[in-house]
Amino acid sequence: MNNLELTSALAAIAAAAGFLGSLTGLGGGVVIVPVLTLLFHVDIRYAIGASLVSVIATSSGAAAAYVREGFTNIRLGMFLEIATSLGALAGAWLASVLPAAAIGSVFGAMLLYSAWESMRAHEPEVALSGSCDPLASWLALEATYPGPNGPVRYQVCNVLLGFGLMGVAGILSGLLGIGSGAVKVVAMDRAMRLPFKVSTTTSNFMIGVTAAASAGVYLSRGYIDPGLSMPVMLGVLAGSFAGARVLSGAKPRTLRMLFAVVIAALAMEMIYNSATGKL
Amino acid sequence: MTNRDMDPKRLQITLGALLRAGVILAACTVLTGAAIYLWRHGAEKPQFGTFRSESPGLRSVSGIVGGALAGRGRAIIQLGLLILIATPVARVAFSAYAFAREGDRKYVVITLIVLSLLCFSVFAG
Repeated sequence: MNNLELTSALAAIAAAAGFLGSLTGLGGGVVIVPVLTLLFHVDIRYAIGASLVSVIATSSGAAAAYVREGFTNIRLGMFLEIATSLGALAGAWLASVLPAAAIGSVFGAMLLYSAWESMRAHEPEVALSGSCDPLASWLALEATYPGPNGPVRYQVCNVLLGFGLMGVAGILSGLLGIGSGAVKVVAMDRAMRLPFKVSTTTSNFMIGVTAAASAGVYLSRGYIDPGLSMPVMLGVLAGSFAGARVLSGAKPRTLRMLFAVVIAALAMEMIYNSATGKL
Repeated sequence: MTNRDMDPKRLQITLGALLRAGVILAACTVLTGAAIYLWRHGAEKPQFGTFRSESPGLRSVSGIVGGALAGRGRAIIQLGLLILIATPVARVAFSAYAFAREGDRKYVVITLIVLSLLCFSVFAG
């Protein structure tokens, strides 16, 4: 296989990953690293670099659309970005000292968790009355989102717990080159009790900054290869753009389940390959 | 809350436009570099199986810009990726400016902390 054939194959697979990732809401980045390492036998550090770049592209592209709809809590996003950027810097440092097999195992575990998380049903939203965290008021985090009958006010709870969990999400993002949406959902939906649409759009808004914090380190360490990142970034971007056009809003349940099964299978193989030293 | 110059709606629209412009510019730059790279090196054998780290010219901001100006395909792709990485950084910088105009000191400080972390990553990482 020469460079042209490899580029075409990578672009096609990345486009499929981006398309499915955007249709199911799981993000395309999560399958890029396993596909590159397991199918194309790319070194995991190059794979993580390429994935990180595609994550910045899709999240910035999607955030551009979301931020205008008014669901994104920009203040909350800015505040939590302190935690995610610090975490991302730590994660990028960890990636340079940990052996490939250790990174592969953590990646496998994270994939399994994402698959499980994506199959869970979302708990119905409970409207909160009154302030539930004085820190949230001090930071002016309470906001409104556009509802069917005008703006709906919401509260932000457990700010410090959410901040800590976001630090963990940042570490995983910097170590594995993913958006780590599954951890962010736990932090924002369950700990901070944000409305679903607010948490997904705000989390997406933050992914670009989080990934940029570790991408700088990756670039100067030489983990970002232009020949490899180019088809991955363009493919995922085109695929997720097409996915968002086909369907905006509702996420088809069967497709989601199917994608979760694919992710779980990739996770098993990653853990197996890490354990047997084949990664 | 006082929104003297920058009301939330306008801030959202400007941030959205900034992000979209960054992604489009990055994608176009990467495509240009890809055409040159594949034209010259398309028939060669790729080597990604073992990690060798990139050459210094593809790892620093100055090296990438220099290589791109010299018309090297891989350096132009890398420049596009650098623009992509810079897009969220520009978004944070713009937010700092917007919060400053609103007179929101608390958030100017928060935004500047994030901005300094990002600059540390790109220039010192």
